[in-house]
Amino acid sequence: MRGKLTRRRFLATTAASSALIAMPYVRGSYAAGKLAIVLWDHWVPGANNTSRALVEDWAAKEKVDVQIDYINNQGNKLLITAAAETQAKTGHDIMAFATWRAADHANQLVPVDDIMEPLIKQNGAVNQTVEYLGKVQGRWVAVPATIGTQIKGPCSRIDLMKQHAGIDVQALYPAGAPPKAESWTLDALLKAAEACHNAGFPFGIGLGSTSDSVDTAGTIFHSFGAELVDAKGNVTVKTDAVRQALEYYTKLAKFFPPDAPAWDDASNNKWLISGRGALIMNPPSAWAVARRDAPQVAEQCWTHGMAAGPKGRFAPFLPYFWGIWSFSKNQSAAKSLLVHLSQPSAIEKLVAASGGYDLPSFANLTTLKTWAEEGPPKGTLYHYPNPYNHQILSTAASPAPPKIAEQIYTQGVMTKMTVRHLQGEPMEKTLAWAESEVEGFLRT
Amino acid sequence: MADAVMGPVTGARSARARRFGLRNAMRRKSMIAFTMTLPLILLIALFVVYPALYSLNLATLNRSMERFVGLGNFLFLFNRETFWMVVKQSCIFALTAVLFKAIFGFVVAHFVHNIPTKGQRKWRGMLLVPWVIPPAMSCLAWLWLFDPSYSAFNWIFEKFGIGPIPWTGDAMWARFSVILVNVWIGAPFFMIMYLAALKSVPEQLYEAAAVDGANFWQRTWYVTLPMMRNIIAITALFSLIVTFANFDIVRILTAGGPIDLTHVFATWAFRVGIEVGDIPLGASVSLFMVPILTIAAIFILRDIHRRGNEA
Repeated sequence: MRGKLTRRRFLATTAASSALIAMPYVRGSYAAGKLAIVLWDHWVPGANNTSRALVEDWAAKEKVDVQIDYINNQGNKLLITAAAETQAKTGHDIMAFATWRAADHANQLVPVDDIMEPLIKQNGAVNQTVEYLGKVQGRWVAVPATIGTQIKGPCSRIDLMKQHAGIDVQALYPAGAPPKAESWTLDALLKAAEACHNAGFPFGIGLGSTSDSVDTAGTIFHSFGAELVDAKGNVTVKTDAVRQALEYYTKLAKFFPPDAPAWDDASNNKWLISGRGALIMNPPSAWAVARRDAPQVAEQCWTHGMAAGPKGRFAPFLPYFWGIWSFSKNQSAAKSLLVHLSQPSAIEKLVAASGGYDLPSFANLTTLKTWAEEGPPKGTLYHYPNPYNHQILSTAASPAPPKIAEQIYTQGVMTKMTVRHLQGEPMEKTLAWAESEVEGFLRT
Repeated sequence: MADAVMGPVTGARSARARRFGLRNAMRRKSMIAFTMTLPLILLIALFVVYPALYSLNLATLNRSMERFVGLGNFLFLFNRETFWMVVKQSCIFALTAVLFKAIFGFVVAHFVHNIPTKGQRKWRGMLLVPWVIPPAMSCLAWLWLFDPSYSAFNWIFEKFGIGPIPWTGDAMWARFSVILVNVWIGAPFFMIMYLAALKSVPEQLYEAAAVDGANFWQRTWYVTLPMMRNIIAITALFSLIVTFANFDIVRILTAGGPIDLTHVFATWAFRVGIEVGDIPLGASVSLFMVPILTIAAIFILRDIHRRGNEA
């Protein structure tokens, strides 16, 4: 009886879900009339004003008293706040989560299937990475947030790539047109890295344990079909795909700056802005800062797709999420606000306010005018949101179960493997070390 | 008769009242001392004892903190290569840093002690500066000096055709860098403690040694060092505890890298517990410091106690 879905029940559920988007939040008998939310503190000046205005508009309409706290990632503040609130079982109603954290706190979050399904119908499908990170045991535990979500694809210097590597990145990824990037492969990337290194403008890719370094390594591994742990949780370190990926990335890493193992997430930005490198892997934040501090560098920057490997063209993707704590006393209001922030008009405003940095995770919203118009040079961000779906957006360490993948990611296992092999450790010894590390992550 | 019966009872009651009355209790020195230290005791209970007991509890839970696993987390750690690397690095970091802090502190204390009294206060103040600056702030300055790509040191060395040195990119240099900064921050504490000890050594002992024809090294070895032994031991113990538990220097300068080769207990516990989200394992890593420091404390304090009894 419980599992049986009658036609009438199906129609009633669908109608109720659709109505949730259309209907304003009505204060129920349990609502306290207050909502405390955490939003990621945006680095783009003025971007917080837009999100604040959107929330306040909703609050005024629904007569809810909203308190917004903007918290950034500096010193792991966002991470620590979420960890503290989980322990204390009190705090905000809505929390912003970076990449893995929604899945990590799945047990403490309110399922949001009732708002995600209508949102997907309205805004288009979400990619497999969003589903992998936001859906736990078949249930949506968080809503993909536009604020903070990013693709960390290549940002190249047009002039240096043309001059030293003979690659015209604007021709590969023309503004306003589909990519013509068949020749843009990992082999081409390797040759370009060598040429630019020899010319004194090495690619600025880090080999540390922070997010930017790990994301690039993850993309290279995916391009070879290399997984350290598969989707079922089996350790698959000692495979040919992993060997090939490690061999390739070690070759590429020889052309990185010698101090790359010590780089953090600021190092690649500084590398590009100071004019010392021909390519970095980053969202357009480095370009945006260069536009302010080094305009002559900014006008030569072009954000584009990643080079294709034997198993496809992958790009590092880091979605952010908004989740509702299960201890929240105003869950219906929280859901209503998340629906409001996920409307196309709200998303368009958020993208514009961030100068094109923030990415919606919904398929129908990757061709907003901000990306076409931002510059100089005009069209530099056109291919940033992957408008033609010509690359697979993935997160490093996937498709391992998120609880395991998160550890592989945070511990930077792939970059450490690369540095070990780069420093002369034999391949099999590196693999044995990685296998031992990964086995340790399987504990529940 | 009734009076005779009631007399001793009343006397006993009044005696008890005298013994236990609040006013009398407050007059006792021990009670006053206890009352005055009570706020501190409560603070310690709240911010030290409770978190310590809570972390003990956490260390016995599984990753999702839903199941009691006893010593399972510790047994798991004992089988991890990285954990033993962290143990080794913590020992190298703490012992080397304390040794150099003691040496520099001792030498500088002698220099300052020999400066004429008039200008001594100025030097003492200046030499304490690294110790009184908040470490997070001074570490950021050091981070800029050691920056992988834009190191100020390398910029200077380049003028002399030296380098560039990968201060935080190479394991050996990274270890050197974090120890150097720890010594820079901690040496003034040793200096001020040793200076106080030097000032308490009776001048007559040096005069007697001089009469006996002792040179500088002999005076230092046979007079200064024995007179300072207790202060040296206490300072070393105190510093060892603080250095073993150090977090900020390593976290800011290297974040444990490259390839985990500068991680110490606190930074590794933070990585595992907070960044990776395995709070019970992080608690277990941080608790592992307790037995190591307890053993060190027992040995050092026993030595001090023994010498005290001999004296």
